[in-house]
Amino acid sequence: MTARMLRVAEVTPLSPLVTRFRFECPEGGTLPLFSGGAHVVVEMPDGATLRRNAYSLISDPLDGSGYEIAVRREDAGRGGSRFMHTHVAVGDLLRVGAPVNLFALDLRAKKHVLIAGGIGITPFLAQLRQLTRLQMPFELHYCARSRAEAAGLSLLPDLPQVHAHISDEGDRLDIGAVLAGQPLGTHVYTCGPEGLIEAVAGTATRLNWPKAALHSEAFLSPPPGAAFKVTLARSGITITVGPHQSLLEAMEEAQVDAPWLCRGGACGQCETAVLSCKGRIEHHDHWLSDAEKAAQQKIMPCVSRFQGEDLTLDR
Amino acid sequence: MPGTEFSPSIASRPVYAGLVAQGAMPAIMLADAEGAGALIDLAARDPAVMERAHVIFIPAGTPHGARLRALGARIYHESPSYAACLERFRKALADAHMGTTLYLAGTEGLIGQATAEALAAGLPAGAIQSEHRGSIARRMQCVHCKGITEGVTTDPFTCSHCGLTLFVRDHYSRRLGAFQGVCVDAETPGVLPPVQEIRP
Amino acid sequence: MTMRFNDETFRDDYTFHNSPAAIRRFPFPFDQDSYMYSVNIEPHRRGAAGSVFQHRFDVDEHYVAEMRDREITLRDDPLRCQSLPHMELAGWDFLELVMVSKAEDYPELFELHRDGDRWHWINRPLGIEQRFIFLDATSLPCGPMEYITRQTQGDHALLDQREGNLWMDAGMVTSQADWSLDFDIGMNFFEWHAPVPKAHELGVFQRALKFLLSLQQGAPVRRLNWTMTVNPRLDTSPENYHKWGPEKRTLTAGNVGAKQYLRVELQTLWRMPRSNAVAFPIRCYLLALEDLVTVPKWGRRLHRVLRDLPDELAEYKGFAVNRPLIVDYLSRFDDCAPTSAGIFPDD
Repeated sequence: MTARMLRVAEVTPLSPLVTRFRFECPEGGTLPLFSGGAHVVVEMPDGATLRRNAYSLISDPLDGSGYEIAVRREDAGRGGSRFMHTHVAVGDLLRVGAPVNLFALDLRAKKHVLIAGGIGITPFLAQLRQLTRLQMPFELHYCARSRAEAAGLSLLPDLPQVHAHISDEGDRLDIGAVLAGQPLGTHVYTCGPEGLIEAVAGTATRLNWPKAALHSEAFLSPPPGAAFKVTLARSGITITVGPHQSLLEAMEEAQVDAPWLCRGGACGQCETAVLSCKGRIEHHDHWLSDAEKAAQQKIMPCVSRFQGEDLTLDR
Repeated sequence: MPGTEFSPSIASRPVYAGLVAQGAMPAIMLADAEGAGALIDLAARDPAVMERAHVIFIPAGTPHGARLRALGARIYHESPSYAACLERFRKALADAHMGTTLYLAGTEGLIGQATAEALAAGLPAGAIQSEHRGSIARRMQCVHCKGITEGVTTDPFTCSHCGLTLFVRDHYSRRLGAFQGVCVDAETPGVLPPVQEIRP
Repeated sequence: MTMRFNDETFRDDYTFHNSPAAIRRFPFPFDQDSYMYSVNIEPHRRGAAGSVFQHRFDVDEHYVAEMRDREITLRDDPLRCQSLPHMELAGWDFLELVMVSKAEDYPELFELHRDGDRWHWINRPLGIEQRFIFLDATSLPCGPMEYITRQTQGDHALLDQREGNLWMDAGMVTSQADWSLDFDIGMNFFEWHAPVPKAHELGVFQRALKFLLSLQQGAPVRRLNWTMTVNPRLDTSPENYHKWGPEKRTLTAGNVGAKQYLRVELQTLWRMPRSNAVAFPIRCYLLALEDLVTVPKWGRRLHRVLRDLPDELAEYKGFAVNRPLIVDYLSRFDDCAPTSAGIFPDD
């Protein structure tokens, strides 16, 4: 992991719940560039706990003077976003990982259709800049409940291809109308709540779109839950995962070396073999197939939890 | 008659899974010779598949045209060769929208060329279906002169462009719609293995 | 230190030669006395001074001659360099990676001056000075990938990442171990490796792909691959197989030491920023057996590796027909003494 300490250069509230943070090199200089859709993992030393959350980069991918992210405060979450909102101020130093892109544009596409729900607008803010610079055809649809909550509005360029759908104002996105009649070679990208992703996938399938033309990213943060015990066979220890901690975070706290990349159940890096399981794994990831989830022989420690008597992992 | 069964091969060799009806959705169908049978069987399983279909058929001496025409496709067109209908096929792709399925049936040469054309037009691979019927002759690219020899049925064979004797590989380029032919006597000019018929 | 560049050829009269220093720094690929496929990938960290791992892109005494040979190959067959339309951005990424690395690692040979998108590049060994606008392909004499790979030793493939796979969608390939870019361009990881025997069943490609998909910016990796070539020929392409193939049969007990080369590929893999593509330079090193055996450990070990290699691999690597001659020659340098671990010479 090539992470570096970055200085918080700006903290800008965008809406009651969403704040933008800008990071820069403390000694000046430029940061590695990235591609639209990339995220970084921000490390948050929250007391004794080291939290690592992944956030989409929203700044211009071709501008290495700084990285910008937008963080929505999730009061029911494990505390990472609350930490960002309440503890992080201009001048603070935080460790930020190298950009990783698990939601890249397919550069072969003849046209890109971007569909965002709520805070799911974030990866598209960078992609818009990339598409504009590369002069590629696109259209963007941004769905939000109200103008006040639509943090992305002020960050979106005033272009005819950009459409906001504010449901409080009676404007709901008609997915079928958007997908119908798109030219051959169009790719569609969805980021937002599970329901939106499923609705787009469902409509696309009904309209006979092949799967490879559909891309999605759920902004999945590890859900909190009841505490549980896990035995790590290779390390020869048993650890307890706290209610506001992920299994991956608990392993890291116990100094157990575990690979990871997205920390959101998407990339497959942290896949771990289950040696024995008496109980039920709560799979929250998008990586394992339904059959693999039912078999309970693999787990994604970044987002998944467990209920039952015994869970032993090959780690 | 079902599609041809090929023996298992390497990862680059295409697999023709057979046609599966997508219902009354926009479709382009392209078939040659015995490939007509695959379209006839497809329509028998789901007649609705013809409602919005543009069918192009290359009879190549077979008598299947009348039966195909009778399936009631939105557009039915017969063409004496792939070359003759190529511009028509390109126009159909250019006019198509997402949600269109391309059904290909017949020889590997036709399926390969049409697939390459459709991919270049932006049609995703997942929207292309294929079923092999009829001749197992291969479309071969000579790796040396780059010329394509159609209808190759023996291994080795003579490149119709540069005249080298080439052996038939299973390595296949989707972009070219062709298998690779490599000089069989490159190290020992004139020493040739016996000629064999290609098997499925 | 000023580098001296050999005046030498890789075809016809084959005047290619390694200096004693070049022999010592040869990346001998076997770290034990036997060989089988493995996912032998390690971080591409800066290696010892003087080694081929010292710099991100190794420039050695063969640089100028290799670039001259590439030019000849491209003149005969321009299709050795191709880029599918969506790969131009990756080409710029790669141009930047090479120019920045070389200017930092070899300041006496290369200079890069950047003022926003206005770039100024100086390549002293090849006598090139170029001002251009970054991301504007019309400001270069050819596409960005072709431009920089005409100035960078080794073959180069640019891999697009999508659908959980890597796609060979651009490349400059003039010194390949018998594969055709013109044929393979557009293929995914499993397809372009399809002709490799055995490795598929071993799951090597599945594991390697999984690893490469998560390759990160700023953390390049490398591996060594190898084959055998008669004569120091860079262009062992399938395209010209009928031209160089007969040379393979000219080996005799008398000339095997001089004419038979161990051909090693230093393959590196880099995640690139703007395109998210993976750059895959494949750098070729050639060493005649008679030079190789001047390092006693290498002579002993190569004998054992080639003697015990499964027939299928010797066949695939294209030297089965010459194996008896090669093994017989090398056996004279194998006194059955034990060899030390690792790839480097003992002294």
